[in-house]
Amino acid sequence: MELGPYILLASLEGSVTAAVLALTAVGLSLVFGVMRVVNIAHGEFFMLGAVIAWYVAHAMGGHPAIGFVAALVLAPLLVGAIAVAADMTILKRIDYDPERTIVATIGLLYIIQQLTLMTYGPEARPVEAPFNQRIALPWFEWGEKGFEFYFPWGLSTTTYKLAVIGAAAVVLCGVWAMMTRTRIGLLMRATQADRDMALAFGIPVERVYALVFGIGAGLAALAAVLIVPIQQAHYLMGADPLLLSFIVVIIGGLGSLPGTVLAAVFIGLSDGIISVFFSPTLAKILATLLVGLVLVFRPQGLFGTRTA
Amino acid sequence: MLTLEAINSGYGAAQVLRDLSLSVAPGEILCLLGRNGAGKTTTMQTIMGLLPLMSGRITLDGQEISCLPPHEVPRAGVGYIPQGRRLFTGLSVAQNLEIGLQVRKSGPEVLEEVLELFPRLRERMDQPAQTLSGGEQQMLATARALCLRPKALLLDEPTEGLQPSMIEAIRQVIVKMRDTGVAILLVEQRVDAVLSVADRVAFIENGRNGETLDAEALRADHSIVDRYVGV
Repeated sequence: MELGPYILLASLEGSVTAAVLALTAVGLSLVFGVMRVVNIAHGEFFMLGAVIAWYVAHAMGGHPAIGFVAALVLAPLLVGAIAVAADMTILKRIDYDPERTIVATIGLLYIIQQLTLMTYGPEARPVEAPFNQRIALPWFEWGEKGFEFYFPWGLSTTTYKLAVIGAAAVVLCGVWAMMTRTRIGLLMRATQADRDMALAFGIPVERVYALVFGIGAGLAALAAVLIVPIQQAHYLMGADPLLLSFIVVIIGGLGSLPGTVLAAVFIGLSDGIISVFFSPTLAKILATLLVGLVLVFRPQGLFGTRTA
Repeated sequence: MLTLEAINSGYGAAQVLRDLSLSVAPGEILCLLGRNGAGKTTTMQTIMGLLPLMSGRITLDGQEISCLPPHEVPRAGVGYIPQGRRLFTGLSVAQNLEIGLQVRKSGPEVLEEVLELFPRLRERMDQPAQTLSGGEQQMLATARALCLRPKALLLDEPTEGLQPSMIEAIRQVIVKMRDTGVAILLVEQRVDAVLSVADRVAFIENGRNGETLDAEALRADHSIVDRYVGV
């Protein structure tokens, strides 16, 4: 196979990574933007989403699609509820103090991770995809008979992977519409702009915070449910999404949703392509290097606005 | 009637206000005068519930508002125009006003009345708040607070850094609101601006009550002003 088909394949794999990453990172970005909370436990909410998806799919039985759809609804709701409880019982008590929330969410990370290990166990378990047809992709070349198509061996994707990309795009549009078109989005943005003034204009900031924390965690859980038929659920699976989400959020500009999505696409695609041609480690090294460069030369992120 | 009864308040362990008492009647402008750091802004933030009250009581028309959670205070009918305007950046003019309207579920007729007072905002409805000129931003901050049909209005240096024509526009609105029966608590540095609108002047010194006098008396005898705020 020539170079071209490889790049196409790597881009497709990268797009799946990018789609899932965008969902996870938007959750993190939303929480940071509105609440100014750096949520180290975000990756564990992702992991919980995958683990709960396995439990739900396992309990439902029947056609894999039934279990999967149930997981798609239940996992984000359950994880969101856990996050709301964590916000009200922990973060609110420490008054969202920046340093203490970091320490508190690190604690939360270990509690969630170890509880999962104690109950779910150390195995990696798959969730069956609701549908999974292989699609062979054509490639073209200039042959003796001129321009012609053929199907190179190994150049394929699955309907499920394409569905993941589509679903992520739909959810992201939904988040965007919520922030810009709805009343609750308006209250969230007002809270983000000035917390004290939000209070002085009757916005129940505590409830907005709890909701945002829940939505942020729910988005991570949703991303995990989408990826779990491809990646399997495991109690340590939260580390990579956490690191990549931070990379994406910093590059995109903290609190900027369009920036976060664009950075997720960029990092996801480059991660896919570099992983195929070189090594996954190199992809992470380059992404982290990029974060360093962004922090040095454009601390507010590529699409962020400098706050006065 | 907005009443502060012997309030003590401050930032954490640093107490700023000591047994401060004030009362503002409906249809009255009470101006709070004092040096920098005397506790004028702290007083306003304490009324809004943004700073914890150590002791004392704040009531609005007999209802105790100092025991409410902060976001319930504006719902009781207190409009706040903070120092430095503090608009919701990133939100448009219309959205800033919408935040004001939702506080007490004001209808569209309230928005119409407010825009009647500030016609310039009507032309800028879709513009992001932070792109307005300084004077327009102050108009928006004022309009936002008026959107909740306040019983009491707190204005913290509303004319700071504005050109004279803008100061006059803001002043006229303040007087208009007084005439409709709003209790107005005004903090202002410029003594001449104060004396032209205030009904009474309360002096505040190191977080404690100074004298409270009719503005009429101060217009006649300027020396007392110099004693509290003079250099």
